[in-house]
Amino acid sequence: MKTIDIAAGSVRELNQALHDQAEHCSEREFVVTNPKGAHNIACGLDASVAVDIHGHAGYFCAGMNKSASVTVHGNAGPGLAENMMSGSVRVKGDASAAAGATAHGGLLVIDGNAGSRCGISLKGADIVVGGNVGHMSCFMAQAGTLVVCGDAGEALGDSLYETRIYVKGSVKSLGADCVEKEMREEHLTELTELLNRAGFDDNPADFKRYGSARELYNFKIDNAY
Amino acid sequence: MSEEQDLNVQDGLRESATFDRVTMNEIRRAAETGIYDIRGFGAKRKVPHFDDLLFLGASMSRYPLEGYREACNTQVTLGTRFAKKPVVIDTPVTIAGMSFGALSANAKEALGRGASAAGTSTTTGDGGMTPEERGQSSKLVYQYLPSRYGMNPDDLRKADAIEVVLGQGAKPGGGGMLLGQKITDRVAEMRTLPKGVDQRSACRHPDWTGPDDLAIKIQELREITDWRVPIYIKVGATRTYYDTKLAVKAGADVIVVDGMQGGTAATQEVFIEHVGVPTLAAIPQAVQALQEMGMHREVQLIVSGGIRNGADVAKCMALGADAVAIGTAALVALGCNHPKWDNDFKKIGSAAGFYDDYHEGKDPAGISTQDPELAQRLDPVEGGRRLANYLRVLTLEAQTLARACGKNDLRNLEPEDLVALTVESAAMARVPLAGTNWVPGQSF
Ligand SMILES: Cc1cc2nc3c(=O)[nH]c(=O)nc-3n(C[C@H](O)[C@H](O)[C@H](O)COP(=O)(O)O)c2cc1C
Repeated sequence: MKTIDIAAGSVRELNQALHDQAEHCSEREFVVTNPKGAHNIACGLDASVAVDIHGHAGYFCAGMNKSASVTVHGNAGPGLAENMMSGSVRVKGDASAAAGATAHGGLLVIDGNAGSRCGISLKGADIVVGGNVGHMSCFMAQAGTLVVCGDAGEALGDSLYETRIYVKGSVKSLGADCVEKEMREEHLTELTELLNRAGFDDNPADFKRYGSARELYNFKIDNAY
Repeated sequence: MSEEQDLNVQDGLRESATFDRVTMNEIRRAAETGIYDIRGFGAKRKVPHFDDLLFLGASMSRYPLEGYREACNTQVTLGTRFAKKPVVIDTPVTIAGMSFGALSANAKEALGRGASAAGTSTTTGDGGMTPEERGQSSKLVYQYLPSRYGMNPDDLRKADAIEVVLGQGAKPGGGGMLLGQKITDRVAEMRTLPKGVDQRSACRHPDWTGPDDLAIKIQELREITDWRVPIYIKVGATRTYYDTKLAVKAGADVIVVDGMQGGTAATQEVFIEHVGVPTLAAIPQAVQALQEMGMHREVQLIVSGGIRNGADVAKCMALGADAVAIGTAALVALGCNHPKWDNDFKKIGSAAGFYDDYHEGKDPAGISTQDPELAQRLDPVEGGRRLANYLRVLTLEAQTLARACGKNDLRNLEPEDLVALTVESAAMARVPLAGTNWVPGQSF
């Protein structure tokens, strides 16, 4: 296990040490201390390493993650795990706006709440949020799943493509072209599996499913406004 | 005036300047379909442009260089501010970002081949990087767009530079469009969307808002690539003075300013013709901003939008650009709108030289299409050769003009070498009206 103190070094040194593992993996576990909200911590990782960040992370923590498993023992700023490809990212506290934006793969778990635009333009990753998500979550989301164990804010799933959304609590409002859909067996199975992977014991039967009505998929005059 | 118009005039018929036939046709089209017109290409209206500027060649008071033999450097290094590996191009004419999806794989490959042969860079587009393109491009700029279609860290690390796209001259404030006809299996897969969906790419980036966030985003991209490659910021020309300052502050290595004439693959016609400012007007604004920040030549400026010949290139450079980018002209060099396909253009209701329905995917020249039969009309090797030739001509022409002005480097051209033919162009380019020392808006 290697400990890197950001207060004594820099994010650059940390990231370089983590990136070096892609070429030659000499160390599998990293502990980061004194992050103090620094931006871009542990972004661009490309190796199966575990990174534990003790404290709060700023913007774009674990951005574009591949293979690595990153845990923030604190809160995370905007763009957490943006464009993640694979691996997993977990935040013990809350996450700010655009968590998991455009993520293509992997699992993002937020134990607390997520801010606005959680899973915006999602492209295939799975996101599980223990608390609530803010407005415009899953805006233009294309693939993957968002699970919300709390409530969802306004305009959930606006202009949604093929992402599936499961919400246990209330939904303030649905965005354009997002509708409630039937929860079939395959969805219960998927949700059960996701909750298990996230380590949450919520009952899948308590959730509702939302998805795209697919009415905006092609340009029609009725859609032009 | 066309022959037909001549005849009409002879018959005493008079066409309205306000309601001309194109306008009336559009009113009828709107009345019939109920939807706005979408098309490709750039603005077709006439705006003040580089044709309105002239060079003052050397004579008594200036000393020219010999036209063919004396050295006139064309090499430019882009991204000297922060990147460990700046991009060195042999000619300051680069190929602008055009997506695979909008263009066929063959067309993208041809662009890569042509650019590489001429020692310059080419650029991906909305839709990601294809292996054909990476393979054939010695210097490839990877676009980072609001849609993030196909965006992945592996391609990011394969890029020679990253271009964060905030906007395009054809549609500042608008997102991309790729209509269902062009969404084949391969295009759909690269963009993670169902086949046949009309794609309206986002107009804003999903995970940051405003210049302060952008600074952090740029740092993230630098961290992911270990500060190796330059980061460009591309904006459509609107409030160029402020956008340039903010881009410098956000940490850009290079700024790309795309004027309103800039081409597009698909946008609403009303957007193409009515939003943004001409390329000519944007350059002095960007240069002023850079100069005020002490960053002119530190942060390089690439200009695009309506560049067609070596004179346009030289004029951009004289106004203070470090390089230019071409889109439409590169496609024309490959064969876009070629008269040899005129019969086929007619069959789809267009004509060679007028074709702009890139979004329909039926391009008879096989360039803006995903139809395999049409696409094979463009041989990427032959296309690449044509583009390389064209790039060489642009370079030679620009050099000729620079030497005539006594400059041994294209970047030594300066506004002082230029005069304007019209009051408008003098005001926009901030050079004197020919034969006077009057620059509109400046006291003397
Ligand atoms: C077919 C086509 C596709 C384009 N696709 C993109 C794109 O994906 N991203 C982008 O930033 N600009 C795109 N552009 C704009 C060009 O990058 C460039 O700004 C413009 O073409 C320059 O003007 P010019 O065509 O007059 O040379 C596209 C242009 C064309 C003609």
